[in-house]
Amino acid sequence: MQPETQAARLAHHFPDLRTQENAARLGMWLFLATEVLLFTALFTAYSVYRYLFVHAFDEASRLMHTGLGAANTLVLLTSSLTAALAVYYARRGQARRSAVLLAATLAFAATFMVIKAFEYGHHFHEGQLPGRFYTYPELQLPGASMFFTLYFLMTGVHGLHVLIGMGVLAFLMVRTLRGGYSTAYSTPVELGVLYWHLVDLIWIFLFPLLYLI
Amino acid sequence: MSPSPASEAVYNRPNYLTADRGVRSWLTTRDHKRIGVMFLVLTAAALALGGFFALLIRIELLTPGPTIMDAMTYNRMFTLHGVVMIFLFMIPAIPGIFGNFFLPLMIGAQDVAFPRINLATVYLYLLGAAIAVYGMVHGGADTGWTFYTPYSTTTTTKVAPILLGAFVLGLGSILTGINFIVTTHTLRAPGLTWHRLPLFVWAIYATSVIQVLATPVLGMTLLLVTVENVFGFGIFDPARGGDPILFQHLFWFYSHPAVYIMVLPAMAVVSEVIQTFARKNMFGYKAVAYSSLGIAFVGFFVWGHHLFTSGQSAFDSGVFGVLSMFVGLFTAVKVFNWTATLYKGAIQVSAPFVYIVGFLFYLVFGGMTGIALATVSLDVHWQDTYFVVAHFHFVMAAGTVMAFLAALHYWWPKMFGKTYAERPALVGGFLVIFGFAATFVPQFLLGNMGMPRRYYSYPERFWPLNVASTAGASLVAIGFLIVLVNLVVSLAWGRVAGPNPWGSKGYEWNTPSPPDKENFPGTPVFTHGPHEYQEPVPAAAEVTHAA
Repeated sequence: MQPETQAARLAHHFPDLRTQENAARLGMWLFLATEVLLFTALFTAYSVYRYLFVHAFDEASRLMHTGLGAANTLVLLTSSLTAALAVYYARRGQARRSAVLLAATLAFAATFMVIKAFEYGHHFHEGQLPGRFYTYPELQLPGASMFFTLYFLMTGVHGLHVLIGMGVLAFLMVRTLRGGYSTAYSTPVELGVLYWHLVDLIWIFLFPLLYLI
Repeated sequence: MSPSPASEAVYNRPNYLTADRGVRSWLTTRDHKRIGVMFLVLTAAALALGGFFALLIRIELLTPGPTIMDAMTYNRMFTLHGVVMIFLFMIPAIPGIFGNFFLPLMIGAQDVAFPRINLATVYLYLLGAAIAVYGMVHGGADTGWTFYTPYSTTTTTKVAPILLGAFVLGLGSILTGINFIVTTHTLRAPGLTWHRLPLFVWAIYATSVIQVLATPVLGMTLLLVTVENVFGFGIFDPARGGDPILFQHLFWFYSHPAVYIMVLPAMAVVSEVIQTFARKNMFGYKAVAYSSLGIAFVGFFVWGHHLFTSGQSAFDSGVFGVLSMFVGLFTAVKVFNWTATLYKGAIQVSAPFVYIVGFLFYLVFGGMTGIALATVSLDVHWQDTYFVVAHFHFVMAAGTVMAFLAALHYWWPKMFGKTYAERPALVGGFLVIFGFAATFVPQFLLGNMGMPRRYYSYPERFWPLNVASTAGASLVAIGFLIVLVNLVVSLAWGRVAGPNPWGSKGYEWNTPSPPDKENFPGTPVFTHGPHEYQEPVPAAAEVTHAA
């Protein structure tokens, strides 16, 4: 596919491309704000229950596999680096490098999900499950099941965001390979990667809250 | 005011209604004006449905015992009334219809920033409504629109689809908010500084900020209740260590600001209509503009006043109570400026203006009872009585409905190019305005006497006032019917309106009626603020169109 011409890309209601791209950017930042607030409800619930069940949360967080959590943190942080570099090369018009870096980001994202699946499998096996499904015999404190309710809700919603992010990255990769972006036009890559950074950022808060403290 | 030369030149071009034909052209349109019209049809249908539920409730309460339904049906009815009115009518109505239609016209833009996302909000509305209505038909819900836990997580009625429907509607609401914020920031025409923006735009902007920041929290909360209801994860279940009060905090963190999502657009309409019908510049333009942002800001810190009797500490209640009164301050700033605008104005009493007078009455009376309710010691007595019901129906329901009807009558000639018959419009208006008072003044008295809300039956001594309330509700219904018939009739038989039948100096009246598909032939250039009546400027300098 040929790169679209500047005029074809300008929607009829915008005065110029710069304004159009700034509008898209502002829209994306507002959307990211709503995502943060979506998670805020969960973080609030976590704070309240951690305060109510200090001991149980302390014990339950020791059941987490810190090594796997740390590995996943490393994976996601690296994926943010490759994603940021993809934007850098997209802006410089080096589509091939940009696409390779997006592919690397996708691979890291998939690795994250695989590791997460192993962790989930382990918790399922042990009966460390939310609410009424909680059957783990070695930790029977009031509030222990609540820890796993929150664990599965928070990591579940986050995992869903990783999957959506993978869809976005894959779309951007295909478009990049088909020559959809150039030095003059790389805003979609920038916006998609912004979303990916948010997914990463939320994990940076989830990891210490659920695994470390 | 005569049409500006530029609009006369294009007056014979096809307008947005006639430019494209066929159902398909409507379903795939990205024109903000058509999207506004679609929201008009959809939200009006929702208003009719919610009003139908309201009438059933009032008929049931006509006698102390069972009248036309059993207790369980009654519980479903007040739940559905609340859900439909709030999520399907009051939140989307004014931004969806008039925000979409007029915000771009008022800032000299050809469309909103993201037209495709704008179209998506229509479909999200339809999808959310479909899911919610599915839940209503297959069992309904009996929790009240507040979905308080733990009851909402244990009830056997169909709470989950209604919650999911509200979630989808919330997503649409967020996207509308993002769209309006970005549009206001990026698409203002040359010369249109922030302090030249119409007050309608200011208030819609403030509304959008609340929609964007508060709605996600509700979305997650509704999802949590759904998960709890379906799977029993125990997040709000005291038996598993959950805290039902946490739900109340999360719920009201959205749902109190949501009240301002409903009333700020109403205030947006009031500012426009008052200036047009008083023929005066807004008194205290900046105060009115910034008080919208003030309400949006303070609105985020008052949710605790819904929890005065939920075991919240006395200190917290005191703080939330005082903060709540700040909303009253900002509202008072608006009310005083509106009345000062009317002072010595050349007031033209037509249907839109009559509704605005109704709005002011309900806002002030309802607002004052709100100040009383924000006082902890008084609220403990009134909590969950009809006094609260009457209070929020005055402010929220009557306020939004008055402004909605005012906007509908005010902008009807602009949207459809036809004028309605004035006399039936006034009759309908008086019926709706007095009907609301007749419905809810008795409820204030009932609440003060101790009648609790959401109860199926009541003692004999409450009977006469309940009859009065039901009589008032039927007046409102008749008024609505007259309004509906009058407006629909005008589409076919109304006089051609011309570009500016009110002689308004609002920016949006500088277009033909109905406006062109492309709003303006070129980019308009603004040289002064909206509604400048007192210092006339040469006509040529008003809004010139650069090619």
